Formats: sequence, structure tokens, C-alpha cells
Amino acid sequence: MSENPPRARGAGPVLEVDGLSKSFGERRALRDVSLDVQAGELLAVLGPNGAGKTTLLSILAGITRPDAGRITSSNGDVGWVPQQAGLYRRLTVEENLRLFAHMEDVEDVEGTVARMLDQTGLQERRHDPVSSLSGGNQQRINIAIGLLGAPSVLLLDEPSSGLDPSQRVRLWEFVAGLAEAGTTVIYSTHQIEEASHYGDRLVVRADGETIFDGSFDELRHAAGPRPEGTAEDPENDFVRFLRQRGH
Amino acid sequence: MRWLLLKDLQLLRRSPLVTALLITYPIVLAVLIGLAISRSPEKPRVAFLNQIPQDAGLSLGDTGGFSQQEARSRLCAKIECVTASSRAEVEQKVKDGEVLGGLILPPDFLSKLQGELTTNASEPATVEVLVNQDDPLKAQIVDDRISSLLNQANLLLSEKITDVAVNYEQLLATGGEFEIPFLNQTVHVLGLERSEQILRSIQGGLSPAQRSQVEQVTDFARLARENLALANQLLSSIRQPIAVDKQVVAGSVPPLDTFAVAVAAAITLLFVTVLLVSGSLALEREENTFTRLTRGLVSREGLLVEKALLGTAAALVVTLLLLLAITPFESIGWSRIHLIVPAILLAGAASSALGLAIGAAAREVRASALLAFALALPVAFISLVPSGTVSKGLLDVIHVIAGAFPFRPALESLEGALSASGPSIGLPFLHLALLTVAYLAIARIALRRFA
Repeated sequence: MSENPPRARGAGPVLEVDGLSKSFGERRALRDVSLDVQAGELLAVLGPNGAGKTTLLSILAGITRPDAGRITSSNGDVGWVPQQAGLYRRLTVEENLRLFAHMEDVEDVEGTVARMLDQTGLQERRHDPVSSLSGGNQQRINIAIGLLGAPSVLLLDEPSSGLDPSQRVRLWEFVAGLAEAGTTVIYSTHQIEEASHYGDRLVVRADGETIFDGSFDELRHAAGPRPEGTAEDPENDFVRFLRQRGH
Repeated sequence: MRWLLLKDLQLLRRSPLVTALLITYPIVLAVLIGLAISRSPEKPRVAFLNQIPQDAGLSLGDTGGFSQQEARSRLCAKIECVTASSRAEVEQKVKDGEVLGGLILPPDFLSKLQGELTTNASEPATVEVLVNQDDPLKAQIVDDRISSLLNQANLLLSEKITDVAVNYEQLLATGGEFEIPFLNQTVHVLGLERSEQILRSIQGGLSPAQRSQVEQVTDFARLARENLALANQLLSSIRQPIAVDKQVVAGSVPPLDTFAVAVAAAITLLFVTVLLVSGSLALEREENTFTRLTRGLVSREGLLVEKALLGTAAALVVTLLLLLAITPFESIGWSRIHLIVPAILLAGAASSALGLAIGAAAREVRASALLAFALALPVAFISLVPSGTVSKGLLDVIHVIAGAFPFRPALESLEGALSASGPSIGLPFLHLALLTVAYLAIARIALRRFA
């Protein structure tokens, strides 16, 4: 668990993004992206494949350099969790946590490792090699490592990809718990279902641009009335919204 | 960086089979190569069938000749004679690969040879050689061996014949007793010297005209005697017309055993280090940890240095273990440890840097292992091609290619470190240092597209 004290949502922006742009050759991945993220907020970055979700998160994580724009973090520390678990599969759960805790210069390494094992619910499997864990459990360790440096903002790149439904539910409960405890979480996904359930705020991106920024209810409202005879379904609402915006 | 190093060692400990293979395979390979290039070839095994009647021998007049026993013992000093009782047995042994070739002396061999030496016999003495040329390399070896054996036999024969000719000339010049071969009769030969003396002693009582004629004969006898003495010297020189005076103009040659140890150590070091380091770097990408690590936890340069340290440490441990293992069989100059350790460390650093460049370029563990083998093995072999065995142009190309990789300077460093008579270590050390820097730079550039 993060060493940061719990923060109330909306206490003020912890991350400010202003005019980010990024191109790869002729292709513009991001065009003049600006957004503020509040403390303790769960922000979902949505969009079809190629919308620039991963590029945005990579720039926020400091892995990719933007062509233009500015990022300001009030606390300075931003944790990042890659889409594919970045773990040493031959090492045990505990060894992975301990290694990265040492590398993060965490003061109380053993205490932090113990807390992370509690938080991930993998205490009993602490001595198992990571390769023996399910994809969902590997992703929990992946996220726990992203939290070792006690970041105020945690970036998750499509954290649920490749997980089965029950693993996905457990993962999102874990992530929601982090936000409840005050960590700001920004994650990318193309699952509107997840974003509608586990996102306080949705940023929809398409063709390098932000086409929506608000809550799911606002997105459903923006999508217009549901055709008669169709059931309530976030996916239908999202597709209707995209079509309405010409995507 | 310390934690990364510990992690890599932990990973190695978790993969005992891979680690054992990584260490033992190059050591076995290196020792075999070292032995193969350092040991003089064993005597070739040749199936030998002698069909010559037992009591027959080669007579060369009163100076002697060859008995079959003598000829056989001299021949079998050069080859390992495997006695066969029939032609079929010789053929079978050659076909089975039990022997390199078969040598058959036919029943009439000595009589034909005797005929060549005593008459103008038209049919030469011939030996029969059976070979199994199942591959070009073996065919070349067999041809070389046969040619060498034939030259030695002919040389031996010519030495004996020269001795006989010298004796005959001596007899003609100075006179003496001569035993006619096969007839057991001894005749007295007056000789040119005595003939000249006799003629000079009677010159005083002859008429001027007769004296003039006798003088021509005595002059001829003197001239013939003097020229026969000269011919004698010439014939004697044929025994060994060219003497060898070897002068070393370039290269310090350590003992062959030291060279073999250096080759084994250099190959082991190169393979272990390159495979370990390239695989370790590529693994960071395959485990998706590279981006996580280089996002603030360690710089890319720091990661390269950590892997280079891992490789250099592994090179030191494995090479020292190899040298310790060899110590009971070969004399290792442990008193030169102050040179051996720096040589291993520099060679390890350069090989690690090469491994990093390979790992960064290949980006996958399997591809990097394949690339490491594909590069290291041929480079090690071409670096061992001695000068003079290929054309100058090709040798220059080989030197340029070999110089771009750490094996050759590593070998020279280890040779120089292991033996005082080895090459100087200054230039190889500098060469290794430059290669380390160059390959680290290549690896750093390749890391730009690594994640």
C-alpha cells in the first residue's frame, strides 16, 4: 500500500497536462492534449486501437518524449505499470517486490514488501515464482511494483488485457481500493464496460484528439437517446457516441 | 546497480541446468580445440602386409644393404604398423576406417629393387597403397603421409647408394680390395694414384717421344684422381644437401602447451561471456522489465555497465576455474597471476561489450544466443589461421575481421600473461580496451530501439 496519506478526491489537480503533441513520422498520435487530473480521481482513457492511449500514458510516465506540450505534477512522482507485466518470472513474488523496493530506495524495504503482499492478497504465495502465478495475479504484482515508490499518480496501461472476467473483477476491486486510499489512477482501456464501472471520469480519444472528457452519465447523455427496443448497454451507448462524432 | 547484479546472479542460480551448460559446454569445446591444435599428430595407423620372402634382403655390395627387419623397424618408427596377413584383411581394415591406409609390399619388390640398382631393369619396384578417401580432408592427409613416407624411403635408399658410390670412387682413386657382389670373389684394384706413381717411376728410362706419351697418361691419372675427390665431396653432400638455420624474425613463441591453454581459456571466456551478457540483456526486454528499469531506476548506460560487470566477473571466475582444472595436466605459470587476472578482466570486458551489442541488436534471448554462436565460433577459428597458410590478401582480410572481435587480442593477452616467452601484452591490452569502448557505444546506440 502507498505510504502517501489518503487524499480526498477533488482536493486539487495533482497532474496538469497542457498542449501535448506527438507524431510518429507522418502519423499524429496526439494533437494538443490538455487535461487536469484531481487527487484520488480514477480516470479512464478510452478509445479504439491506434487512438493514442498508450502514447499519452507513455508521455505521462516519462518514457516517451512529446514533440510539444508540458506536464506538471504537484507531487512529482508518477508510478507506471506497463501493459505486459514487467516482472522477473524466475524470481519469487517476494524477491521481485524486494528487488524493485531496493531499486526505488524505499526506506523500510521489508515492511513495504509485507504491505504489498497484504494488499495484493498474495501473502501465501510470496515464495512462489512469478511464472507459476495466473495472469491476474501477475498483474497485481505488476501494479504493486508500480506502487512501491508511493506515487501520488499511478498510470496503468490496459491493465485488464488478457485477463478472464473473474480476474478482471478482482483486479478492478484492487485498483478501486487504491483510489479509495487516495492514489490518483489513470488507466487506458478500450472496454467501456470497465470504464463505466471503475472510472470517475472518462477521456475519450480518437484520431489523436480528445473528443470527450466527463463522466459516463455525461457521455451517455451526449450520445443521445437510445433507439427504442434496445437494452441499456454501455457498449451501445459508446458506439452511438462515436458514430455521432463521426468515428 | 548492486541489486541488479544480485538479481542476475539469483537468476543464474535459479537456472542450474542452463548455467551448467553455459559453463561446461565452452570449457569442453575449448579444451578439445586446444588439444587438437597443440598436440602433434599421432602416428598414422597403417595396415602392413609384407609378402616378400622372409630370407630376402637388399644387397648393396660390400658396404652392406638392408635386411627386412631393419627396413620394417625404420618404417614402423614413422607409422603405426598394424600387421595384416592377407590383402583382403588390409582392404577390410581400410574400409572400416580402422587404419588410415594399407601398405602392401609385393613378393617381387626387393628383387625388382635389386634389379634397378645393379642392372638397367625397366620395371620399377612398386609398393601397393590402399586408401579410403571418404572425405576430402582425410584424402589430403593420406596423400601427404604417403608422399612423406615415400620420400623418406627414397632418401634412405639414396643415402645407402651414395655410400656405395663413394666407396667405389675411393677404390678407383686410391686402389684397394674389392669384393664382387654375389660371386664372393675379391680382386685387387690398382687405383689411379698408384698407377700415376708407377708411370712416373718408369718415365726416366723412356725415350723423349715415349716420355711425352706417358706424361699424357700420368696427367690424366692425376686429373681423374683430383676430380674423383671432388665428386666424392659432391656425392657426400647429397646425403643432406640443405641444412636449416632457423632465425625467428617475428613473433614470440610460447610453449605449445601454453598456447593450447591460452586458446582454451580464450574460447571459454569468449563464449561464456558473450552468451551470458547478450542473453541477460535480451531477457530484460523479454521480461518487459527494461522500460520499468530505465524509467528512473537505472540509466541505460548504468544497465550496460551492470551487465558488463556481470560478464567480466563471470569471465574471471570461469577462466580461473578452467586454469585450475588444467593445472594438474599442464604447467600454469601461477607466479604470473598479476598479469593473468588483468588479461582475463580486459578480455572479459571486451567480450561482455560484444555480448551487449549482440543482445541489444538481437533483442530476443534465442536470437541473441544464435547470433552469439554465429559470430563467436567462426571468429575464433579464423583467428587461429596461421600466417603463411593462406594467401597474403586473404590473410589481411582475416586479420581485419579477427581484429574487429575480442578473441584474437584476448588470446594474445592470455598467451603473454601465461608465459614470459609469449607475445607482449601492451598492444593486446590496448586493443581490448578500444574494443570494449567501441562495442559499448554500439550497444548504447542499439538500445534506442530496444524497448
